Amino acid sequence: MTNVGHRPAADPATEEPRRRRLALVASKGTLDQAYPPLILASTAVSLGWEAGIFFTFYGLDILHQDRFRKLKVASLANPAGPIRLPNLLGAVPGATAAATKVMKKWMNDARMPEVSEFIDMSRQLGVRFFACSTTMGVMGIAESDLIEGCDIAGAAAFLDYAAEADVQLFV
Amino acid sequence: MTQSPTAPTEITPSDSLDCSGLLCPLPVYKTALALGKLEPGQVLELVTTDPGALEDIPAMARQRGDTVHAAEDRGTSQRFLIEKGTRT
Repeated sequence: MTNVGHRPAADPATEEPRRRRLALVASKGTLDQAYPPLILASTAVSLGWEAGIFFTFYGLDILHQDRFRKLKVASLANPAGPIRLPNLLGAVPGATAAATKVMKKWMNDARMPEVSEFIDMSRQLGVRFFACSTTMGVMGIAESDLIEGCDIAGAAAFLDYAAEADVQLFV
Repeated sequence: MTQSPTAPTEITPSDSLDCSGLLCPLPVYKTALALGKLEPGQVLELVTTDPGALEDIPAMARQRGDTVHAAEDRGTSQRFLIEKGTRT
């Protein structure tokens, strides 16, 4: 049994404050929505904080080793998306691929790392990735489908982690 | 952010980092890695072009316990002198 929420107390000898903690929920599995939790978490660890992301429902695709490089931008019901189409045309075959291509070009032109690079950056600095066990059961995702280094956890374990956090956000 | 009375010109950086053309969170991320290679008390010179860096870098220093000795707005770029603290 592990204690995911455990957070070391401040060290009275050094009078250093204990490290802050960020707890995020990543619930969306589109390319555009994969960025915000990874940007926030990699920033938090850069600030010297602890950070953990609970990937749940479609957000679990970000940890799926066959899917995280193939995330897409929705062309339908996404009025601020990279291609502005009426919803009727957003459903046309190829529209999602076009929106995804434009978003990737935007990111590349701005020299922003790809999602896979953000995952590496986050892990390099110690961001914890929690894979939602219910999502795995509902969507038939096995531990072997996930990228390495994930903790499989349910809502109680995440809340235990989040209860000890200074900032909690749902993305 | 703690402002030091030391004039920026008197500080000799131990290392420098150019984050020109990079947007948030890359300047903060790369600065954290660069500071990680320094000893407490050593100074990093940082150049950025992300206008958000004028707020981001002092905020980062506040959170990490580093000291920003200079934060110059040069119009299209920004220059910082960051002294590594003892906490990270």
